[in-house]
Amino acid sequence: MAHAIKAGEQPWYYLPQPSRWPVVGSLALFLLGFGAGLWFNGFAPGPWLVLAGFLVLLYMLFGWFGQVIGESEGGLYSKRVDISFRWAMSWFIFSEVMFFAAFFGALFYARVIAVPDLGGIENRLLWPDFKAAWPTAGPDFKGTFETIPAWGIPALNTLLLLTSGATVTWAHWGLKENRRGQLVVGLILTILLGAIFLFFQGYEYTHAYSELNLKLSTGIYGSTFFMLTGFHGLHVTLGAIMLTVILVRSIKGHFTPDRHFAFEAVSWYWHFVDVVWLLLFVLVYWI
Amino acid sequence: MSAVLDQHGHEHAHDHHPSGLMRWVTTTNHKDIGTMYLWFSFAMFIVGGVMALVIRAELFQPGLQVVNPEFFNAMTTYHGLIMVFGAIMPAFVGFANWQIPMMIGAPDMAFPRMNNWSFWLLPPAATLLIASFFMPGGGAGVGWTMYAPLTVQQGPAMDLMIFAVHILGMSSIMGSINIITTLLNMRAPGMTLMKMPLFCWTWLITAYLLIAVMPVLAGAVTMTLTDRHFGTTFFNAAGGGDPVLYQHIFWFFGHPEVYIIAIPAFGVISQVIPAFSRKPLFGYTSMVYATASIAILSFIVWAHHMYTVGMPTVGQLYFMYATMLIAIPTGVKVFNWLATMWKGSITFETPMLFALGFLFLFTMGGFSGLVLSLTAVDVQLHDTYYVVAHFHYVMVAGALFAAFAGVYYWFPKWTGKMYDEKLGKLHFWLSLIFFNVTFFVQHFLGLAGMPRRIPDYALQFTEFNMISSIGAFGFGLSQVFFFYVIVKAIRSGEKAPEHPWEGADTLEWTHLPTPAPYHSFETPPVVK
Ligand code: HEM
Ligand SMILES: [Cu+2]
Repeated sequence: MAHAIKAGEQPWYYLPQPSRWPVVGSLALFLLGFGAGLWFNGFAPGPWLVLAGFLVLLYMLFGWFGQVIGESEGGLYSKRVDISFRWAMSWFIFSEVMFFAAFFGALFYARVIAVPDLGGIENRLLWPDFKAAWPTAGPDFKGTFETIPAWGIPALNTLLLLTSGATVTWAHWGLKENRRGQLVVGLILTILLGAIFLFFQGYEYTHAYSELNLKLSTGIYGSTFFMLTGFHGLHVTLGAIMLTVILVRSIKGHFTPDRHFAFEAVSWYWHFVDVVWLLLFVLVYWI
Repeated sequence: MSAVLDQHGHEHAHDHHPSGLMRWVTTTNHKDIGTMYLWFSFAMFIVGGVMALVIRAELFQPGLQVVNPEFFNAMTTYHGLIMVFGAIMPAFVGFANWQIPMMIGAPDMAFPRMNNWSFWLLPPAATLLIASFFMPGGGAGVGWTMYAPLTVQQGPAMDLMIFAVHILGMSSIMGSINIITTLLNMRAPGMTLMKMPLFCWTWLITAYLLIAVMPVLAGAVTMTLTDRHFGTTFFNAAGGGDPVLYQHIFWFFGHPEVYIIAIPAFGVISQVIPAFSRKPLFGYTSMVYATASIAILSFIVWAHHMYTVGMPTVGQLYFMYATMLIAIPTGVKVFNWLATMWKGSITFETPMLFALGFLFLFTMGGFSGLVLSLTAVDVQLHDTYYVVAHFHYVMVAGALFAAFAGVYYWFPKWTGKMYDEKLGKLHFWLSLIFFNVTFFVQHFLGLAGMPRRIPDYALQFTEFNMISSIGAFGFGLSQVFFFYVIVKAIRSGEKAPEHPWEGADTLEWTHLPTPAPYHSFETPPVVK
């Protein structure tokens, strides 16, 4: 019966049956949280619990997304369900924006308020030699460190990510015109560009740690630098994994020219990661 | 053709739902999930309440009698966190789950499985919080605001608390995405946004606030975590950071958070008052705009919690005026509720009593907030019992009373039973009286300079503290009584009539039988 009706025209709203995946996910997060809490304080079972949590999480992700993909390909999702997914993805990205905003806010506060304050008259007694100029690792930092100039690898990485934004759009055109070859090639290019980006970032981190004395613990500069670029890198990684799933699905023949929200969701996410990078490039590396 | 499809096109002729515990663990039904939220909330309310009583027991007399200071600090911390994140917020999410689909004519929430996950993230988070008590060094005594640098120096409990906050945040974000999507995409034909019951509007706005600020809180506690273990110096001046940075980030979350608690309460009150006044809500449109303005303004007033931290005077002035602005839309709402009752044909059943209690006491809390918004005054009152009194007026007599009003109001629709009106009224009067005994005197304590979050105090504060403690135990017992009222109603309550409240005119009352069927609207109603 479900198959007799054209995709997208179902008059119902699909409501899933009871599912065990959510509670499996809860177990995973509990193990991750509890395990990490133990681990960070040096208690033996910590790392094992984290590992277990990670495996359970993977199991949940495979199971849950597998089921959703099955339902989608089985034609159970109507136009209205599709709209629900669009709203949900938009709001999810908004929540991510706010997460990054917290760290950008910290960077702004450090540069504009905290560091100038530390150079102020009240702190002269405690730290007479402190020069309140960015970049700084704070008045108590012994030794020196260097920062990564914007116009080397970071500029190259900007180019890579911007290009990957273009290739994913090109892949989308391919999908809409039903040119599956273009879709697959576009996705592969996007993933490759993302991977190269990550490789360069890894290289840059190693360089920073081994030669520039720039570390996560290098005062407020190191803190903001690594937390911002690190969380961004994590998002690129996740985005690349999501793109890979889409690639595999595309090769398997999933998606039609007018129904492919999973593809669009991932490309929205990818563009979001792109925009965050632009902000990073300007605010962290450049000025 | 049914508007709902269960699996594979069967029109649930033979749904097979797991039974027993697994029914609740795996459920994708908005009513089951709403019920779980409400019971979880009540359980946390009791846990947090017991902690409050430990605090009040210690404060009954000056000196240290009941607990040691570290444990006292842990009590205030966990009490605050559990009440905010475990009791009040889940209670209103429970209302949202039960009511939103019924009120807009939808079959269920937009994402039933994610809905289940939003709930089932709460027990692990609560477990982490409770487990943190048993870590070496005991519970974290940092205050519910989790200020650096204290959090950076705490024992292992702090890490579990941080992860609990992360998980709670995920739960709230997913719950909110679900609610927004449901409201924007699943309304019955003809149910335009401006025809939605006000409760739905308040949740639309609350969910937006939650999605905007929970990630910011996640960011703040993540920085705490890396400051603790990975050598970052966000909150450490020696490394160029600043502990005050934490406060800014926290309160950027924190002030909207108090409206996340208050706005759904406004929603419940906006359903109850018209129903028992037998008049439509006065100024519906202005209510919607007032709620939206409160939400927007709540993003730009956060530093009124930080007047004493050392801000430039212009900053203090700005935050003072901005904070005062919030009183305007809040005043609009209070006016509208009063005007709704004006010349109404009012009856005073339990929900209405709680709504009136809300109206008086929340407004008082708003006024004490206005007092605190004055920088020059707040410099004296900050971190005193005056602040404690203020926020308990808005959170207990405000949000909690609204939740009680909602429970009594929708109880017949949910269960098909009636609660005992006499007992409900008794619950109201006990709560009202003991609430004021507990908290009214705290205004005086604060004005006289008694600091908050301290287990001991100077002798001259003794009498008021004794009164407050007696009130607190009375309030606690009244809530045990509430439990009795509800359980009695569920087990042996009279069968509820189809329309227990003649003034109630939203879809769940006009278009659905009492009790509401398991699947609400399989065919969407047409709203004219
Ligand atoms: C007209 C509305 C309001 C105004 C002007 C206002 C103002 C204030 C101010 C200035 C403070 C800081 C006092 C201090 O720490 O020195 C404060 C604290 C607080 N307010 Fe309000 N408030 C209002 C409404 C609310 C509402 C609706 C809620 C919650 C439902 C709320 C919950 C709180 C809480 C929890 C605190 C204490 C936070 C802490 O330090 O732990 N307020 N309020
Ligand atoms: Cu505030």
